[in-house]
Amino acid sequence: MKVYLDNSSTTRPYDEVTDTVTYYMKEEYGNPSSLHHMGIETEKALKKARRKVADAMSSQACETGDIFFTSGGTESDNMAFRCAALSAGRRRGKIVTSVIEHPAVLETCRRLENLGFEIKYAGADSSGVVRADEMKEAIDDDTIMVSLMTVNNETGAVQPVEEVSEAKGGALFHTDAVQAFGKMHIPLKNADMVSLSGHKIHGPMGTGAQWIRKGLHLQPMILGGGQENAMRSGTENVPGCAGLGKAAEMAEDRIEQRTETMSRVSGYLLEGIKDQIKDIRVNSPEKRCPAILNVSFTGTRGEVILHMLEQSGIYVSTGSACSSRKDGKSYVLKAMGLADDDIGGAIRFSFSEFNTVEEMDYVLDKLKESVERFRKLGSFR
Amino acid sequence: MNEKNIFIVRCGETALKGQNKPYFERMLAERIRKLLKKFHGIQVNRHEGLIFVRADKEIDRKEIIKETGKAFGVASISPAVEVRSDMDDICAAAVEYMKEIMSEKKVATFKVDAKRADKNFPVKSPDIARTVGAAVLKGCKVLKVDVHDPDVYIFVDLRKDVSYIYQQKIRGFGGLPLGTNGKGLVLLSGGIDSPVAAWMMAKRGMMIEAVHFHSYPYTSERAQAKVEELAGILAVYCSRFRMHIINMLPVQEAIVKNCPQEETTILLRRFMMRVAEKVAADAGCGMLITGESLGQVASQTAEALTVTDAAVQMPVMRPLIALDKVDIMDIAKKIDTYDVSIQPYEDCCTVFLPKHPVTKPKLERILRSESRLDAEGLIEAAVNSREVKEIYPL
Repeated sequence: MKVYLDNSSTTRPYDEVTDTVTYYMKEEYGNPSSLHHMGIETEKALKKARRKVADAMSSQACETGDIFFTSGGTESDNMAFRCAALSAGRRRGKIVTSVIEHPAVLETCRRLENLGFEIKYAGADSSGVVRADEMKEAIDDDTIMVSLMTVNNETGAVQPVEEVSEAKGGALFHTDAVQAFGKMHIPLKNADMVSLSGHKIHGPMGTGAQWIRKGLHLQPMILGGGQENAMRSGTENVPGCAGLGKAAEMAEDRIEQRTETMSRVSGYLLEGIKDQIKDIRVNSPEKRCPAILNVSFTGTRGEVILHMLEQSGIYVSTGSACSSRKDGKSYVLKAMGLADDDIGGAIRFSFSEFNTVEEMDYVLDKLKESVERFRKLGSFR
Repeated sequence: MNEKNIFIVRCGETALKGQNKPYFERMLAERIRKLLKKFHGIQVNRHEGLIFVRADKEIDRKEIIKETGKAFGVASISPAVEVRSDMDDICAAAVEYMKEIMSEKKVATFKVDAKRADKNFPVKSPDIARTVGAAVLKGCKVLKVDVHDPDVYIFVDLRKDVSYIYQQKIRGFGGLPLGTNGKGLVLLSGGIDSPVAAWMMAKRGMMIEAVHFHSYPYTSERAQAKVEELAGILAVYCSRFRMHIINMLPVQEAIVKNCPQEETTILLRRFMMRVAEKVAADAGCGMLITGESLGQVASQTAEALTVTDAAVQMPVMRPLIALDKVDIMDIAKKIDTYDVSIQPYEDCCTVFLPKHPVTKPKLERILRSESRLDAEGLIEAAVNSREVKEIYPL
């Protein structure tokens, strides 16, 4: 049996997405900038895809902002910060964000710090929610940008985006909505930039988008032939963008049904873990994105549990895929104040609509077995 | 002249061999032939204790030097010009040769050195050097002679029928031709040391096979992929070889359950040696090779090595025993294994690392601990569970 529970790392593309990508590679392969018919056809495809992506974000997204295609969540995050920084010009200024953001945000902030920007990182509480007060208090007249992720990628904790964005003052507000996209509607009321990714919603890898509020004039990061309204030059990845559009369309189509499935399945697993396995800590808060469930099996080593589960065809992750390859421990769980024993034993289960309750029975069985096996043997650490 | 570039390969230590000299030279020539097989029209010949490589002019000289340099037993390589052993011909060729060098880099001063291998040749070495030097001065008017610190040295190697002119001696690794010194089984981890140990033994002519121990699921598949990459780099020098891959987790589980925690590592090391010995015997290897270095970690103290060594009958080669870590790292960098070795994946020795391992184990005590285990059964099972992979040069 193969049970894929690593959907926050990446998802299996929908067959319809694969077909769309194939179509725009085999049949309709024109360059959208070409003046002839073939170019016009792919230009239309991009336009349609933009619309679908916006609609999947929220019902107002299309009216109030524009979609710019990028190569993925990381580029979108980079674009948001770098464009805001470039637009701030020589006066530099302050950026307010949180300690639990994705590395794409944190590393970009670190770079900007070296370039003279002041960065304030707000902390998180023990449930993984960023302290809104801390962020709001940090915002002042000097602040050029405020950024808070919609859903945390390791714990699934939904962040107080609306509350913080209301206090943005004269600053730009950005949210990394990579994990929220397709699973909930993105709060846009005070948002100026929203970063999205394609492959977390059954779209192709290497696709993503940035939603930018209409009327906002930002300096582009990538210069060249002026594609994407000069915000992101370079010939568009038409098959990828069309595939992303298709995935967004399907996400929006069945959003309630899908989130209901994920809630039910992940809830079932959570209850089962609580019932059957001792010494655990649930690291996802009550108010979590149903696609993510993070649990620590105290005293075990997440990586070993991961490999044991893999032997039974169950695929999970420790922390996020972006950081699990490094030796370091989860900075998100650390920020939540977890003990080392809990940080080391954390597993992230992440769901898609394809997961079933029956699968969870199998997972529970194997999980119990693995945790017991580990605990019996230990690893001296 | 001819359309081929010629390279003189000097055999270093092989040349010191007495009656076996032709055998070593033949093995070296064979190895060079194999390394250069990917190019067309290569000729490798032995002549008067040297090996001559001839390659089509279209093939980049650097490529030939690089590939030939990978053969153990090569002391040095010189791209050369071949000329009839006649003073006028040699002088003309030397002028041409110098003009070519001058077209590639700025030269102001030079010196000619000559060696007369054919003692019947009527001109003596210093006179050859002087005559050729004069010819070059005349032919390349801007140059001056500087016998102390010249920009360019030109060597004339005068032999019976043909002579050679060359400029530099590019050093090889030295050592002895691969395959002239038996076969050994290296205990290959993913670390810095063991690939270097394998390389050093191969440099002395030993053929290599490898055994790799892992503890999946306690170690990851990526850790194994890393070892395969390391093995692939080794195969560049050691030629294609077999790697035996063995999961030691059952052994480790037995040790952890039944023996004192502080002895875990040393007990595991003994099991590894014994499993390796069986694999080696099976694979026709007469020796074990490890990357141990005296005092580097708890399991490599003098006492610990004594206990480990007592586990097996077969000779255990430890070429790094007296090297410092930095020296080992330098070699690893030279042979391109370093960057792969430092990728941070756990190996099976670190999985059950005790908090306070014994640093001065006593053999009797360790044997007593071991007697609590079905050692033979565990070893047998480990040997039988092995997976064998053919490793090709990367």
